[in-house]
Amino acid sequence: MTTTYAVLSEGLEKRFGAVHALRGLDLAVATGTVCGILGPNGAGKTTAVRLLTTLLRPDAGSARIAGHDLVREAAAVRRRIGVTGQYASVDGDLTGRQNLRLFARLHRVRGPAERAGELLDRFGLAEAADRPASTYSGGMRRRLDLAASLIRRPEVLFLDEPTTGLDPASRNLIREAVRDLTADGTTVLLTTQYLEEADQLAHDIALVDRGRVTHTGSPAQLKSLIGTHVEAVVADTDAMGRAAGVLDQLTGGQPSFDHERNAVGAVSRDATLTLPRLVRELDAAGVPLLDVSLRPPTLDDVFLRLTEDDKERVA
Amino acid sequence: MTALAYDGTAMLGRQLRRMRNNPGLLILTQTMPISMLLFFGYVFGSALAMPGADYRAFLLPGLLVATAAGGVMAGMFQAAQDTHRGVMDRFRTLPMSRAAVPLGQAVADLVVTAAGTVPLLLVGLAVGWRIEGSAAEAAGAFGLLLLFRFAATWIGIFLGLLTRNEEAAGQLGGATFLLPLLSNAYIPADGLPGWLRVVAEWNPISAVTTALRDLFGNAPVPEGAAWPVAHPVAGSLAWCTVLLVVFVPLAVRRYAHGER
Repeated sequence: MTTTYAVLSEGLEKRFGAVHALRGLDLAVATGTVCGILGPNGAGKTTAVRLLTTLLRPDAGSARIAGHDLVREAAAVRRRIGVTGQYASVDGDLTGRQNLRLFARLHRVRGPAERAGELLDRFGLAEAADRPASTYSGGMRRRLDLAASLIRRPEVLFLDEPTTGLDPASRNLIREAVRDLTADGTTVLLTTQYLEEADQLAHDIALVDRGRVTHTGSPAQLKSLIGTHVEAVVADTDAMGRAAGVLDQLTGGQPSFDHERNAVGAVSRDATLTLPRLVRELDAAGVPLLDVSLRPPTLDDVFLRLTEDDKERVA
Repeated sequence: MTALAYDGTAMLGRQLRRMRNNPGLLILTQTMPISMLLFFGYVFGSALAMPGADYRAFLLPGLLVATAAGGVMAGMFQAAQDTHRGVMDRFRTLPMSRAAVPLGQAVADLVVTAAGTVPLLLVGLAVGWRIEGSAAEAAGAFGLLLLFRFAATWIGIFLGLLTRNEEAAGQLGGATFLLPLLSNAYIPADGLPGWLRVVAEWNPISAVTTALRDLFGNAPVPEGAAWPVAHPVAGSLAWCTVLLVVFVPLAVRRYAHGER
């Protein structure tokens, strides 16, 4: 089976005056998957989304969205995408219901009023439906915004930091909606600051830094780039050397010492290393073990390490 | 074209709903000319000797046109305000006609200001203004007035999209307030010094004002005026056509490009 890509970009570039926001963005998002774009502030995430949703025109490079050229077939692209931006893109002067009806009409949906009603119910906005959207809380506005993106089921849904600054209930509602959509075959491209969110939702992650994709892979693959952090706390200073020897053998990493806590740490790239084995080996070497931990990396570690590495390389 | 009509109607509905929710600015811009009619009409009117004409009847068409010229400010303010709204991003990512958003704004403005003119006309009738000509001529006068408002609004929409700045719209609003003073809207231009008379008579407001006075039968077309004023109906149509041909494509293009 050949993979089809709902989003495929090559060498996208965008400058704003002296600022080179994107310096050749290559992205490939397989149809029906969720791709998380991670990156520090100013990395070009929002610019990337604005380019891919036809809001900005690329200075160089090309992209196809759901099989259509981003620039030459912009109208066809717009028929197939849904966009929820960082800032709610609904009209504050209109009520929630008026907003959804308007967008349904513009989408040529049959029965715009019914569709608006359905979405208001689904996103818990039925009670507030007839109040101006400007009176909504942040979470309600974002929910209305997402509802507006789902008037017609989009082939590709772009979510630019959809849960930033939301209360946990709204956050969960939005995450559930994303899961439902992918179950129905929609491709989702989301940018987020919450690495745990990307970890939960995304099949693939693209790490973006200074306008380029620096690493791609599944959350597990990215984590294996970092390795598992192993730490042994021992009873006396003399045992630290022996513990270091064992960790060195098991992980091949260079052990680090924390003399205040009598702790020895190392990084293991071996995903098969288990806690019982670690304990057995240390015990067999006669290490007076007080505490031992094996901590798989979080995406936060990945994020910090990989963007840190890049900074060093540039410096 | 049918897509434009459909999307434009949806956008017209949006604008009208917005105006209904926030009627403040609208009420202000429509009550202003009424107080001007009373102030100018009675204060200047007592000092201005107008042979063969009543000053208040002469003034009313001028105020109608000056108010219509305010479409520049209204259009600019609304368009500039909209550029900061996330909803514009949504419209730009929808498969809808690119011209629908500005067109909806311009038509909504027209609908509302046409209705907003009625109170001014009623006060005009109360202070002595009359439609002296035929019903057809009067209808033509109102048609020209709306056409001029439409053209003025498109200038404003373009400027609003260009500057993206509501404060600039307010400042320019002050300037557009001065424009009718450089025309024959409030005073006859015949008495102005030579060069100033030329400027005033090439002001589009003068052509439209003269056409309204002529069609309503409030005052005759002045002798020896510049072409647009000497042939006020043709002059008004020509002005509106030029403004629309220039500013409609500029505004639509500006809107479609967004910040691209």
